[in-house]
Amino acid sequence: MKVFVCIKQVPGVSEVKIDPKTNTLVREGIPSIINPHDKHAIELGISIKEEYGGEVIALSMGPPQAEKALREVLSMGVDKAYLLTDRAFAGADTLATSHTLALAIKKLLKETNVEQKYIVICGTQAIDGDTAQVGPELAEELNIPQITYVLKFRLEEDDKVIVERAFRTEEVVEIETRLPVLVSVVKEINVPRMPGVQGIVNAYQNKEVIYLNADDIGADKSEIGLNGSMTEVWKIFIPEKKVDHVVLTGTIDEMVRELCINLHDDKVI
Amino acid sequence: MDFGLTEKQIMIRKITREFAEKHIAPVAEESDRVSELDPNVMEKMKEMNYFGTCIPEEYGGAGLHNDTIAFAICTEEIGRVDASWSITTGVHCSVCTYPIYRFGNDEQKEKFLIPLAKGEKIGAFCLTEANAGSDAGGVQLTAEKEGDEYILNGSKIFATNGGIAGTLLVVAKSGEINSRKQLTIFIVDTDTPGYSVGVKEDKLGVRASNTSELVFQDVRVPEENILGGLSNGFRLGLQILDFGRITIAAQCLGLAQGCLEASVKYSNEREQFGTKIGKFQGIQWKIADMTTDVESARLLTYKAAWMCDQKMDYGLSGSMAKLVASEAAMKAAHQAVQIHGGYGLMKAYPVERFFRDAKMGEYAVVSAA
Ligand SMILES: Cc1cc2nc3c(=O)[nH]c(=O)nc-3n(C[C@H](O)[C@H](O)[C@H](O)COP(=O)(O)OP(=O)(O)OC[C@H]3O[C@@H](n4cnc5c(N)ncnc54)[C@H](O)[C@@H]3O)c2cc1C
Ligand SMILES: Cc1cc2nc3c(=O)[nH]c(=O)nc-3n(C[C@H](O)[C@H](O)[C@H](O)COP(=O)(O)OP(=O)(O)OC[C@H]3O[C@@H](n4cnc5c(N)ncnc54)[C@H](O)[C@@H]3O)c2cc1C
Repeated sequence: MKVFVCIKQVPGVSEVKIDPKTNTLVREGIPSIINPHDKHAIELGISIKEEYGGEVIALSMGPPQAEKALREVLSMGVDKAYLLTDRAFAGADTLATSHTLALAIKKLLKETNVEQKYIVICGTQAIDGDTAQVGPELAEELNIPQITYVLKFRLEEDDKVIVERAFRTEEVVEIETRLPVLVSVVKEINVPRMPGVQGIVNAYQNKEVIYLNADDIGADKSEIGLNGSMTEVWKIFIPEKKVDHVVLTGTIDEMVRELCINLHDDKVI
Repeated sequence: MDFGLTEKQIMIRKITREFAEKHIAPVAEESDRVSELDPNVMEKMKEMNYFGTCIPEEYGGAGLHNDTIAFAICTEEIGRVDASWSITTGVHCSVCTYPIYRFGNDEQKEKFLIPLAKGEKIGAFCLTEANAGSDAGGVQLTAEKEGDEYILNGSKIFATNGGIAGTLLVVAKSGEINSRKQLTIFIVDTDTPGYSVGVKEDKLGVRASNTSELVFQDVRVPEENILGGLSNGFRLGLQILDFGRITIAAQCLGLAQGCLEASVKYSNEREQFGTKIGKFQGIQWKIADMTTDVESARLLTYKAAWMCDQKMDYGLSGSMAKLVASEAAMKAAHQAVQIHGGYGLMKAYPVERFFRDAKMGEYAVVSAA
């Protein structure tokens, strides 16, 4: 069984800064990290391998420095890592990203003749792009079932997959399907392990990050990168803060009175 | 000449820093207060392979036996947060586990090295005695041969990890040749009858680290437990301490780095005279000096580690690294407390603990210089 885990390298900040002149994300001086959800995806992948056997393969589309992220997950216990890197991939929106990831997965499946028995794991969303679209789109590209917001994962005989899905945490539903399947996970699913020193040494000495370009995955140049993107970014901006918030103090009565006056003045009531 | 770290070394620093901040830092103050290492941290440190850092994988280690720089980085990053832990793993790895790897025979490695590298047993190095401190030749603990065993009698003091150890390297007087004292190093299992732990020291600093007196009363050790040959103890001991010095230098370097970062953080927060104290040139000078000291210590420490990996004679470099790093730690701790003003003496800030811990570097395992 193959377990594919898609990881994205993202800027290590919760608040993204935008250069007002170029309208692009400011990346200078910001360390890159593995998208936090994706560490949970990796943890699920490794624990599936530990429980049911198989091979965990990490994939990332990104610039060469994303190799660092892949080395980190190799340290955690991932078996193989592929970096999809090519100038032609640049400027990809979620559609082009998932198409590229799908081509790579199809290629790797073809090479190994296990076409029907596989799992693809994604994080629910990336902290920078934040669309939560790549997972679902990837499942469509691969034409396999998808279950998003996964909280628990279990594999049973005859390739039966049983998961708990928590779209809103109070609404947990159990879903059953069969391999192959794509799941996208939420953070509550597990606690990602930290790689030990031995794991790190192994990742650098005994494992490799394999680079794949557009030709390697047989991509049609019109379907990847900027060319393959259906969306166009016109402008990126931080929503302007128009009003300041006010903290009222005093007794309940005083605060209610002041609130009403304010609401009245602002013509809310 | 290349001063850059490898990607592997950078990753080891990143992960060790994350680990130390997440798991060690939150309990460091409490461990210091109760003078005990936190058992949960201990388990996690084992899982992270910090007890087998510089041992090959085939013996249960992490595989940094040819990457002493990476080993120093681990020690530094642990020490940046808590010197009690960096001395614990530092001593365990550098002056007990590594010497068995370097000088032990196959049977000794099979029997003693594997459990040490996995952290199933903790290791200690026992040289210092009441009358043998800086003067290592003054060892009085005796080892007398009887059949194919040696009988150990005497006591050791100030042994780091002594009270929690499963395996000891004991420097003993095994006889005299031409009225010259002969020293031999024995690997001693702490399960051996006649062995007991004496006083556990209550210390100024590195309080959570276990420092104990060890008592040997007719402790019978099989001949095959001699490390690196009979009467070879003095020469071997010096070599062991050479490697140990790199580790102490790394501990001190980490502590100095911790002091520096705490000082920068505090001087960017604390306001006096209507401005951040970091805006005062008097504070900036202190921080500039600390930064320079830390960098000097780092360069010397990594250089000694690098020489070790290049199989060069690193004795002098290691001594210089230890001297400079231990002084950098003392100075940085002093300045860090100064920058924190009165708050520097309070438990609410880690520099209070760093200040007490810093003195360790000038004494532990061997005196300064
Ligand atoms: C407004 C906007 C403008 C953008 N502009 C550009 C641009 O000009 N140039 C450019 O290069 N990019 C650009 N991007 C980035 C890019 O389109 C998306 O980041 C990318 O397609 C992934 O989408 P996401 O970040 O929303 O991930 P999500 O869909 O939220 O991610 C879900 C999961 O999908 C997987 N995943 C996502 N991305 C990858 C990946 N690259 N490799 C492997 N797995 C992955 C991970 O498992 C992740 O947890 C832009 C994004 C946005 C939102
Ligand atoms: C926290 C801690 C951990 C330790 N861990 C270990 C351990 O794991 N294993 C172990 O075996 N030991 C350990 N030690 C002991 C340590 O190695 C000794 O304390 C050290 O060697 C100094 O010996 P001493 O304390 O007897 O001082 P002394 O040798 O009595 O020195 C007293 C003073 O005299 C000075 N002095 C000594 N000789 C000379 C000289 N020739 N010229 C000028 N000045 C001199 C010294 O510098 C010092 O200032 C530890 C000590 C500490 C504090």
